[in-house]
Amino acid sequence: MTAAILVSIFMTLAAAATPILLAALGELVTEKAGVLNLGVEGMMLCGAVAGFAVAYSTGSVPLGLLAATLAGVTAAMIFALLTLGLGSNQVATGLALTIFGIGASSLIGAGFVGRTITRLGPLFPADYAAHPWLRLVFGHDAIVYLSLALVLAVGLFLRRSKAGLILRAVGENADSAHAIGYRVLAIRTAATAFGGALAGLGGAYFSLALTPMWADRLTAGRGWIALALVVFAAWKPGRLLIGAYLFGAVATFELQAKAAGWSFIAPEVLAMTPYLATIVVLTMMSLGRRTGGRDAPACLGKPFPAQ
Amino acid sequence: MLEWRRRREPSKAMLYLSPLIAIGLTMLTGMLVFGAIGYDGLRAVTAIFITPLIEPQRWADLGVKAAPLIMIALGLAIGFRANIWNIGAEGQYVMGAIAGTGVALLTHDMTGWWILPAMALAGVVGGAAWAALPALLKVRLQVSEILTSLMLTYVAVQFLYYLVRGPWKDPDGFNFPQTKMFSASQTLPAVAEGSLVHFGVPIAILLALVAWFVMSKTVAGYAVRVVGRAPAAARHGGFDANRVTWAALLAGGGLAGLAGLLEAAGPFGQLTPQFPVGYGFTAIIVAFLGRLSPVGIVFGALVLAVTYVGGEIAQSTVRLPSAATGMFQALLLFFLLATDVLVRWRLAWKARPARSAP
Repeated sequence: MTAAILVSIFMTLAAAATPILLAALGELVTEKAGVLNLGVEGMMLCGAVAGFAVAYSTGSVPLGLLAATLAGVTAAMIFALLTLGLGSNQVATGLALTIFGIGASSLIGAGFVGRTITRLGPLFPADYAAHPWLRLVFGHDAIVYLSLALVLAVGLFLRRSKAGLILRAVGENADSAHAIGYRVLAIRTAATAFGGALAGLGGAYFSLALTPMWADRLTAGRGWIALALVVFAAWKPGRLLIGAYLFGAVATFELQAKAAGWSFIAPEVLAMTPYLATIVVLTMMSLGRRTGGRDAPACLGKPFPAQ
Repeated sequence: MLEWRRRREPSKAMLYLSPLIAIGLTMLTGMLVFGAIGYDGLRAVTAIFITPLIEPQRWADLGVKAAPLIMIALGLAIGFRANIWNIGAEGQYVMGAIAGTGVALLTHDMTGWWILPAMALAGVVGGAAWAALPALLKVRLQVSEILTSLMLTYVAVQFLYYLVRGPWKDPDGFNFPQTKMFSASQTLPAVAEGSLVHFGVPIAILLALVAWFVMSKTVAGYAVRVVGRAPAAARHGGFDANRVTWAALLAGGGLAGLAGLLEAAGPFGQLTPQFPVGYGFTAIIVAFLGRLSPVGIVFGALVLAVTYVGGEIAQSTVRLPSAATGMFQALLLFFLLATDVLVRWRLAWKARPARSAP
């Protein structure tokens, strides 16, 4: 295999990993604050359609990315209003958010089906990446770099900053955090908003970078895989990065096998692999741990104040 | 000024009123939203929520759409009561249809009264088997059934695509990806001569009655409720949470599988790539709208059936895109979850600070 092919495979891998890395990183912060938002898929779809609609209408991909982030935050705020404000069940409300995202994106996107845009290009000029191996470093679009920087930032924030400590305290023991004067609901709302922003951005990566055209249900369950990834990563940003790139490898294998025309595996079987791999990975995680979800924040999914 | 006051007891009245309030708010919001984006909002809402109810020729359609929703939601509600979140009913619905269709393809050249019951049995087993995987992983390894059941939905849909494009493709089907049409002994009969209503509709109602009996009159139903409401007390009382997990997932999967087979042998008459129509997800809304009670679910399914049938009417009358139905359904669930606050809290006038006597 030539270097050029290897490099291009890795480029595809990074692109496939980026949207779920973003969405999972946002959900990780949300869950660290004790909020289980199962609406990731819905928030991603809101971001995907808002990003595409704005980029198509204005011709500007950066504006599209901004709109997608805002759309993700807006969707997350609906969730926060219901669960944190009105005390509704987090699982049910997350499902509602996903059903909403599917419906809303399909409705807004109906006018855009089949339209194309100029996709988000590499951040650095082409001559930086003239050599194939240099493409690995300089050949990505801005969002890939942003996602990597965010992993580092979130990791440092959670482990080293006082604000991160408070956020974790709210997720581990909301009552104590409240007793020593922290505003549990405000902190949870902020963490949920951050999760929405990254899910929206991750969704827009599908419609603005991966496939620069609109199709219904573009994210194809990647939001759910992002949720599984948080479990796989045991709520640690570094492991999230590994998990997302492993997932990217599975997705790239699927693409490569299709492109190579492997006739002994049906394309439908290849399309199943990401979902089957997720189940296998979740199972192996539990086999290795034996105590089911010991790493999860203690107050994950529990309402505050307790009902 | 108004303020929220916590109720001492959850309000029974609000438990039943809040779904109605949610429906009202959905209609109002829908009218405003669709008006704002350039449709005739009032006509759209009328077409979706009112027309299907006042035109008798649509009633058969309502029953046919409500039947699978009732069946799937009954199973899901049992789980939701016990805090088992099976959200992969769509996959179990597809696997039930696949298993039943397998029997249909094997018996295609035969006739007999036993063929449809055999298909139905295969449907139940197929759906339950697909739900057994999340159940096993949950009970043995504490893997979240939310994620596994949903992942398996994507797998089931791809499996369906594989079958109808590959081994099960009808050789006389002009290269369309679909199975053979089912024979007369494999198709659900109509309830009455010339009616569009098939036998799945009375079966759904019957199942709702059975579920009502099991949930409110038997120890098994009681165990489900206790495990969901007070897991610690359930352990003390000797109720086995694992058994409840198994029961909830197998019942949910079996009912979804039966619904899938009845759709395949009823409205579809074959398997095609269009078969996964989202009933498994809509049934989640039905279960909540019906307050997780079997009788409520029958009404909840009718409301959602109205939005489906009405959505089609609005498509032809006010050119509302079909995706609007999904939006209305999601709005309904949001408002339902939001108005639930009224069950536990009430709005009251803020008491004025007492004035000192002159």
